[in-house]
Amino acid sequence: MVKELEEVVDVPVVHVCTVVPISLTVGANRIDPAIAIPYPLGNPQLNQEEEFALRRSIVEKALQALTTEISEQTVF
Amino acid sequence: MLEKGEAVVAIRVVHYLNQFFGQIGGEEKADTIPFCKNGPVGPGTALVNALDKDMTIVGTVICGDTYFNENIDIATKEIVGLVAGFNPDLLIAGPAFNAGRYGLACGAVCTAVQKKLQIPVVTGMYEENPGADMYKKDIYIVKTGNSAAQMRNAIPALARLASRIANGDVIGSPAEEGYLARGIRKNVFHEQRGSARAVEMLLKKLKGVPFVTEYPMPVFDRVSPRAAIKHLSQAKIALVTSGGIVPKGNPDRIESSSASKFGRYDISGMNDLTAETYETAHGGYDPVYANQDADRVLPVDVMRKLEQEGIIGQLHNIYYATVGNGTSVANAKKYAHAIGEELKHAQVDGIILTST
Repeated sequence: MVKELEEVVDVPVVHVCTVVPISLTVGANRIDPAIAIPYPLGNPQLNQEEEFALRRSIVEKALQALTTEISEQTVF
Repeated sequence: MLEKGEAVVAIRVVHYLNQFFGQIGGEEKADTIPFCKNGPVGPGTALVNALDKDMTIVGTVICGDTYFNENIDIATKEIVGLVAGFNPDLLIAGPAFNAGRYGLACGAVCTAVQKKLQIPVVTGMYEENPGADMYKKDIYIVKTGNSAAQMRNAIPALARLASRIANGDVIGSPAEEGYLARGIRKNVFHEQRGSARAVEMLLKKLKGVPFVTEYPMPVFDRVSPRAAIKHLSQAKIALVTSGGIVPKGNPDRIESSSASKFGRYDISGMNDLTAETYETAHGGYDPVYANQDADRVLPVDVMRKLEQEGIIGQLHNIYYATVGNGTSVANAKKYAHAIGEELKHAQVDGIILTST
């Protein structure tokens, strides 16, 4: 999906995912490692505020990936 | 040397399974840490019957798919230790069919055991399994169908190759033996010269008749990275997910596995996804956490905050979702193409794709 979106829309796409080796094999260019498979952008053990801050940090890294020029697959 | 009447020493086989086939449970048990049992479990029972008579499954090592994939290095080490404890002559893993996490686990465990314990290994999976691409160069991966419904055909195929490897037979080509090509070239004598074979192939090609190449070209299925966003504060960012986040009640009835469609959902004015409004349709991970708070998979709450703060220009008001669980590569590409056409039309500047 990630490659086809990048090809069709012609804009940068960042893949937020937990199992980075799979994303690398699939061919995602910008990869943002996540927390866990059932909750990539969260952690149920944290309180609401902490969890929001954690999620924000992963999204900010995704935005950093979208605003960084790359020439090859990059894990942020 | 064996004396007449002496019991034949059996070939000791260890079998690796995930929590599901290891009969521990479904997604709610996917975080099970590695452990072992004596003898065969689940598909191991059928495997024993299909293997050569002198081969016995002395033990089964079981690990949850999520635990493995979230802790690849530690889990691999733990599993290699458990496998070594059985003092085996051969390891069989899976088959994993098209289960991505399981395929990666089977591939990683086999590769590590082959290297660390210096014993032959064999696993089975569907050729689109991401584990296949990652490990087919290192190990024998028997080609299977894409779901456990194919178990009946997969077991004999896996057993056949495992038995041949255990017996020290010379293993033939991928096509003859039914495993995924490993990219190994062997010199062989052919009754026909290369030039004659090439002309034959060319003639067939000209006639439009099917022919088999002797040297398949590698497929480089890569997309060049697009230029970065210059002005984030003016950028329109879209969210897409393969994690199955849908409005409560799953209005489009997106299937929990092998999804036949994707959904588009309007989130205008929506600042937070809650347990009352959104849920996951995905059947390939424990849904408890996403159902409590779907922002854990699709971060609408954070994106709205960043929009309010002016860090991003805007969050695109439509998000797209499908279920990436046993989905064929062809379908994933098809859905992404259709989604892409819409996002292009909407003039988005960047896309965040989240996967579970």
